[in-house]
Amino acid sequence: MAELGRAALVLCLGLSVYAVFVGGWAVATKRRRLAVSAQNALVAAFACVLVATAVLATALLTRDFSFVYVARLTSEELPVGYTLSAFWGGQEGSLLLWLFVLTGYSALVVFFGRRRRQDLLPWVTPILGGVALFFSFLLVVVSSPFATQLAPSNGSGLNPSLQNPYMLAHPPLLYLGYVGLTIPFAFGMGALLARRSDEAWLIAVRRWTLVAWTALGFGQLLGAHWAYVEVGWGGYYAWDPVENAALMPWLAATAFLHSVMIQEKRGMLKLWNMLLVILAFMLSLFGTFLTRSGILDSIHSFTESSIGPWFLGFIIFTGAASTGLVLARMPLLRARTRLESLVSREATFLYNNLLLVALCLTILWGVLWPILTEAVRGESSVVAGPYYNFFLRIFGLPLLLLMGIAPLIAWRRASLRSVGGAFAWPAAVAALVAVGLLALGAGSSPAGLLAYTFSAFVLGSIGYEFVRGTRARHALTGGSWPGAFSELVARNRRRYGGYVVHAAIVLLAIGVAGSSAYDTERSARLAPGDKLEVADYGVTYRGTVQRTSQNARELRAIVDVERNGKYLGRYEPGKNFYPVEQQASSEPAIRSDRWTLEDLFLILDDTNRDGSVQLKALTKPLVNLIWIAGFVFLAGALIALWPDPVEERRLQERYALQPA
Amino acid sequence: MTIALIVVAALAVLCVLYVARPFLRETGARSDVLAQPDELDRRRLALIEERDRTADALRELEFDHRTGKLSDDDYRALVGPLRRRAAEAARALEPRGEERRREPATR
Repeated sequence: MAELGRAALVLCLGLSVYAVFVGGWAVATKRRRLAVSAQNALVAAFACVLVATAVLATALLTRDFSFVYVARLTSEELPVGYTLSAFWGGQEGSLLLWLFVLTGYSALVVFFGRRRRQDLLPWVTPILGGVALFFSFLLVVVSSPFATQLAPSNGSGLNPSLQNPYMLAHPPLLYLGYVGLTIPFAFGMGALLARRSDEAWLIAVRRWTLVAWTALGFGQLLGAHWAYVEVGWGGYYAWDPVENAALMPWLAATAFLHSVMIQEKRGMLKLWNMLLVILAFMLSLFGTFLTRSGILDSIHSFTESSIGPWFLGFIIFTGAASTGLVLARMPLLRARTRLESLVSREATFLYNNLLLVALCLTILWGVLWPILTEAVRGESSVVAGPYYNFFLRIFGLPLLLLMGIAPLIAWRRASLRSVGGAFAWPAAVAALVAVGLLALGAGSSPAGLLAYTFSAFVLGSIGYEFVRGTRARHALTGGSWPGAFSELVARNRRRYGGYVVHAAIVLLAIGVAGSSAYDTERSARLAPGDKLEVADYGVTYRGTVQRTSQNARELRAIVDVERNGKYLGRYEPGKNFYPVEQQASSEPAIRSDRWTLEDLFLILDDTNRDGSVQLKALTKPLVNLIWIAGFVFLAGALIALWPDPVEERRLQERYALQPA
Repeated sequence: MTIALIVVAALAVLCVLYVARPFLRETGARSDVLAQPDELDRRRLALIEERDRTADALRELEFDHRTGKLSDDDYRALVGPLRRRAAEAARALEPRGEERRREPATR
């Protein structure tokens, strides 16, 4: 079995080499069949990785401990479902997942590229092959998931925090996002290599970028929910470098998705867009490097890591090569038009881009600082939450406000009078909300109050935009109001899908502001019968109970919860002990209120010999809006992604190769 | 081990056949030249992009005016130059007199 996996990866390596060199030779000598052959090599590489993936998945499911990887990450006691999440629980499996997703995307790019007769496809092939070559080289030479040994009687088991259903979906979604950002990079570089100054590459990557961006965004939200229910400290985002590693490319891709519209509509920002796809791809590589090289543990473990130096070399090579190519093709990237006014839709997009990139680079600096200080001074300086929270407010609040301003302003230029008229309704809504919140005592957190007021402004502006658009379409075409509304959305799915995504971001902002700026926390040592008061909840401790599950010993504190005297139920915060892994995990109890969207979060911190426990209780107002925002985000992304056959046909005709 | 070897061999053969497919299927291909846009195609593509961009801008302008985002004065100031640009782009794409005369013969 292991030989099959190894051989499949060697084949993939050979095919990637072929795609790079023969693909490159084909475009240099303009040979059609050679170019098609190189594209076929990419598709065949996917088939080989599929075989390697199936081998590892089978070994995990059958708990074949003769595979070193399987023995290190699973055990006989591990439930079957989690043996699958062990696939991406370690370094070698994660790299294989990277390669699987990359070659899968590449095969789809070839399939759709041929159907649409994209003349950029031959130029894109060597770039995709180059990235596949790097990852297959790592898997064949440096870090193989198919190393074997004399099978031990049992494995070491999986980290308990990874034994959660979210771990079945969260990492694959993140990888769909990370790896998906290779596609816009490959098309951007392909366009430069082909000396193309038109927008064919932008049209080609629109949907790929949106898919990768959606997966990365939704994957991060799933990760936040996993942290909330599994890690058990009462939060969902801790500015951990691993979390930041996914956020940074997402921010760069968000900037690109906005600035791409400026190039399409005005022919501006060509250089900026090229730099953004390079930045997004480099950050996705950097994210994988951060999480897989061991550099986060210490700079020393990085140098001892098998893949760290290779990764760093690849990142430096890719950065230097792509920057060199951009410099060499600079004349092609000059814009022919200029910004007409600082008060226009495109100007707001530009401000939004600057803020997004500034936030992204600030986070990058926060991630790099401990690594750099350790490399220079030999001692790591920690960049903690307050640094990130400060910059999130500095850049995030204006970004939130811009989401409300942009839809109200016309393209090209707008006079202050028409802008004033458009702002009246949303501003009135925001003012009313601010006054109401102040009356309710929300002024205790100025940042929270500002976030809520801006959120109201954005929601008002989005609602107003839908109303005005529907009214205009109704006046133009007659018919029913619902018909006018659906026609409005159908005729410009990207714009109105984008507004729905903006609404999701607002819900997220409200949830984050509510749960972080207005939360309450109490902790106490409780003997049986004692009561802990938190906000308007009462938590009475009754005693502890122990039981055994398939792979863990469970300890639970029994507590009764009431609110304003009304009994709400019995809850069981606790801890799990995993004998195989020799680790413990916190298992919080969460009571969600479906009407107020607030959570009561209960953590068992400690148990004492006298039967008392250390119990922590937190209230998290509006926290459930964050998870609801995830579904709204997905709905908006789907609207934006939904194909428009008329537009597709028009663009296909514009860019398709004329038959020779 | 034997089964693995057979599967690997089969996979390798299939991969080679698939990669060689363009040469196996088109042994007597009339043209093996990779079609890429020449300078004329690129100029024409730039003009098409400009024409479509201007047409989109005009539609946006109408819509922004209709929804009240653009005042009458702003609309009047912007619509004239845009219409001129749209007409210029469309004119630049029309076949010139000589090409038009030659067209029936090339069909």
